[in-house]
Amino acid sequence: MLEIIRPGIQTTVQDLGRHGRRHLGIAQNGALDVPALLLGNRLLGNAANLAALEIALGPVEIRFGRDGCFALTGADFDATLDGEPAWCGWRQPCRAGQVLRLAGARHGMHAYLCVDGGIDMPLVLGARATDLKAGYGGHHGRALQAGDRLPQGAASQQLGRLGVRQRPWQPLLRALPGPEYHEFDAASRQALWQQPWTVSPHSNRMGYRLQGTPLVRNHSGELLSHAVLPGVVQVPPGGQPIVLLADAQTTGGYPRIASVIDADLWLLAQARPGSRLHFVECDLATARAARELWLRDWRRFELAAWGSGQLPAL
Amino acid sequence: MTHAAVHCHLLGERAVVLSSPPPATLACQRRIWWLADALRTHGGFVDIVPAMNNLTVVLDPARHDAEAVLDLLMTLWQQAGSANPPQRRLDIPVRYGGEHGPDLAAVAAHCGLTEQEVIARHCAACYTVFFLGFQPGFAYLGGLPPALATPRRAEPRLTVPAGSVGIGGGQTGIYPACSPGGWQLIGHTELTLFDPQREPPSLLRPGDRVRFQPLEDTHA
Repeated sequence: MLEIIRPGIQTTVQDLGRHGRRHLGIAQNGALDVPALLLGNRLLGNAANLAALEIALGPVEIRFGRDGCFALTGADFDATLDGEPAWCGWRQPCRAGQVLRLAGARHGMHAYLCVDGGIDMPLVLGARATDLKAGYGGHHGRALQAGDRLPQGAASQQLGRLGVRQRPWQPLLRALPGPEYHEFDAASRQALWQQPWTVSPHSNRMGYRLQGTPLVRNHSGELLSHAVLPGVVQVPPGGQPIVLLADAQTTGGYPRIASVIDADLWLLAQARPGSRLHFVECDLATARAARELWLRDWRRFELAAWGSGQLPAL
Repeated sequence: MTHAAVHCHLLGERAVVLSSPPPATLACQRRIWWLADALRTHGGFVDIVPAMNNLTVVLDPARHDAEAVLDLLMTLWQQAGSANPPQRRLDIPVRYGGEHGPDLAAVAAHCGLTEQEVIARHCAACYTVFFLGFQPGFAYLGGLPPALATPRRAEPRLTVPAGSVGIGGGQTGIYPACSPGGWQLIGHTELTLFDPQREPPSLLRPGDRVRFQPLEDTHA
């Protein structure tokens, strides 16, 4: 059992999310920063899809219920284990009764706490991920509260400390023009790529709302509702774009001006309200190359983590 | 409708979309249902999402070439027949207006009708579930009288109560869960539209025939 002493503002159980149920209106859910979850689980030797805690705002305090291992990835939350530093990007052993404290993000927005064996919640609609708006999955479909006790999966082998240098955050999001891109006027198309976009405080797991000079669509016609995915940049009539994320609805009706490529979505997950982002236009070949590069780095990391001791950047 | 009116395009790097331009028709939607069945039979895709006279296939980029799936979609569409899912009849009890439907007055003003006329026309129509989307168990209903069509709100609400009945453009539907949303809210039902522990989890299915019934204490 993991015991939640201080829950923070929005700590949720997340895994790789729900897939194959979009036709029922069931959202993807799951970790916003997927590479961070994958990294934490891989450091521990967990299956990729085991559930972890996604932590948006500290301070958070958690008591471990048994001896084992944990890994912190994603945002650096200035963590300590019984007062000793617990580094982000590292796995380390812990003993029953020890308290992990995450003060708050020094860099980034979302931290992931993975534990050996994973957080063992029941599967709901095929996943352990929390859907906050629909109210299912994770721990009773809600953010964690003080006193919550979460079951932990079976212990695996004992592992020593091991760390990896996580990729540095930067504010450039590569994006492909969307189906309605050419329905926006020339000044708006230029503004999309050239002006900085400020992350609104109303951003959440459904989507990041961005603020800047409003984007103007030449067409006034309403669109028929269509499927949308994490990464799609939609523009409501007010002209302020929304980049959809893991908890986004499965279909929508606003024009799709662009799609952030998969390889750069984690950058958005780690952007804080008030920070400024830039979209960089790219093509399908660039998106594929970015995916290949990530996979290549991942394979090098796997080889290093489980074959030798020296770890590359991920 | 003609084949030439349909077009296919990419949505990001891992989705392919086939869509027919407005207006949405039931005849076209039957072909979309057929296409969804054919793609499920084909197998191997992450998600197959029919929406309003369009369909999106979510790919696994490691397995699929997006351009090849574009070709597959067009080929299947040329062969598309007309699916006839079993039709069920459901009545949805609704309280209209006031706190239950805060945008009823705005819809009436936009349509040049009284609130009572909006309610009467909304209840007189028989709707078909075209597809589920937006939220778990949210049914997009075809058959809204054109006189009731009202644009979505300029800025989506941050919170819409579960059970809210709304109009968005030429569509009407019910929010199964509390969430943000951009539709104009005209009423509220107490039915449970979606239950993750129920099998199937959604009350409504594509092809269902739906009517709204005004409850006694309806406002106005």
